[in-house]
Amino acid sequence: MTEKVEIRGARDMPPMAKSLGRMSWNKTGSWRNVTPVIDYDKCTSCMLCWKFCPDLAVTCADPPEIILEYCKGCGVCAEECPVDAIVMREGL
Amino acid sequence: MAEVPKKLTIPAEEHICSGHLACQGCGAVLAMRYALKALGPNTVYTVPACCWSVIDGPFPYTTLGVPLFHIAFEAAAASAAGLAAGLEMVGKEDVNVVAWAGDGGTADIGIQALSGAAERNDNIMYICYDNEAYMNTGVQRSSSTPWGAWTTTTPARHFKKRPKKNLVDIMVAHQIPYVATAAIAFPEDVLKKVNKAKQIKGTKYLQIFASCPPGWRMAPEYAVKSVRMAVNARVWPLLEVDNGVYTITRKPRKPLPVADYLRLQGRFSHLTEEQVEEIQQMVDHNWERLLFLEKSTHEMAGIPLEEKKKTKEPDK
Ligand SMILES: Cc1ncc(C[n+]2csc(CCOP(=O)(O)OP(=O)(O)O)c2C)c(N)n1
Ligand code: SF4
Ligand code: SF4
Ligand SMILES: [Mg+2]
Repeated sequence: MTEKVEIRGARDMPPMAKSLGRMSWNKTGSWRNVTPVIDYDKCTSCMLCWKFCPDLAVTCADPPEIILEYCKGCGVCAEECPVDAIVMREGL
Repeated sequence: MAEVPKKLTIPAEEHICSGHLACQGCGAVLAMRYALKALGPNTVYTVPACCWSVIDGPFPYTTLGVPLFHIAFEAAAASAAGLAAGLEMVGKEDVNVVAWAGDGGTADIGIQALSGAAERNDNIMYICYDNEAYMNTGVQRSSSTPWGAWTTTTPARHFKKRPKKNLVDIMVAHQIPYVATAAIAFPEDVLKKVNKAKQIKGTKYLQIFASCPPGWRMAPEYAVKSVRMAVNARVWPLLEVDNGVYTITRKPRKPLPVADYLRLQGRFSHLTEEQVEEIQQMVDHNWERLLFLEKSTHEMAGIPLEEKKKTKEPDK
């Protein structure tokens, strides 16, 4: 679920210490100040970027895509890419 | 949607979601991601105070797709032991009960509860993600911080002058069935070891080396590279100890100089060449010790030590 459950007061709280939803409402893409860009001419779909992304912001698909909504711009994917198909571009 | 690629070396299914609150390049998240891929949905976590208490999200939200109990700092192993006993009483035998704690919560603050659970051989898996300091509160020294490292409580002029606590041997001394080390740069190995631990009844202890870019004073893109270098420089050996029998699970063909590993991180930037050499000697000495332990424990158990295929990939 990607919708944020709104808590306005005690009445909206769960009856016990139980979670009401997942953190996916939190679009961490806004944290980013550099953005990975995949060069699909070079990409071999080895999936190392997917494997090492700490934010699950690379799709598990052939070819992989960056999910900009969540990518925090850490640069791990670009560093780990064995064929240098990912570059980090300044800005969002 | 494009189809799932065939070349995957770890399962595609995820049990954590995006949107979590970890810093850019957090190794602790990768540790959790890989561990859960092996554990699967039939798992329950107890997490004491550590970065993961924050990463998971504020109440009433969560990042994991499995139940997680936030508990007091010193209580990871005790609460997991209680959960395991409760599940046993209601006849649920197929649930993985995992205590998940940082190195501070394991080597310092939770060691009493951990030792108690291990001595009783309670049926829990204890996983420590080791980023070598108290990161959540702003990088204070823990007993798992290595010799030579800067932290806010061991500033550069008074860097840590004591070696990293050897928790692996402490746990082996408890004579539990399984103890292992892993590292986030080797996900397949993490999965293999967690999968193996999952099948074993009793206390299982795993320590996963996980980078923390802000705490290590390092650019976030090196989160995985630095950990790979730690293993390939033999700073963090990958091990498995089955009922007291040591096996080194990765033997770098051409080990990296320790200096290469240290150079990536600001927390070691104050060290002189002599001090780096001192660390190299400690690392070499530890490796020799492990080779000796591997050989002698295999001999004593009457298990032939198979010559592991030397790793083919370049030790970059
Ligand atoms: C009894 C107690 N003492 C101190 C704290 C403050 N505290 C919360 S997290 C933390 C650091 C945890 O370090 P570690 O276990 O290594 O995990 P990391 O933050 O590095 O992931 C500290 C000191 C606390 N919550 N409870
Ligand atoms: S920059 Fe970091 S967060 Fe963004 S896709 Fe790459 S690895 Fe994931
Ligand atoms: S401080 Fe370190 S361990 Fe904590 S969330 Fe940030 S990167 Fe991860
Ligand atoms: Mg820590």
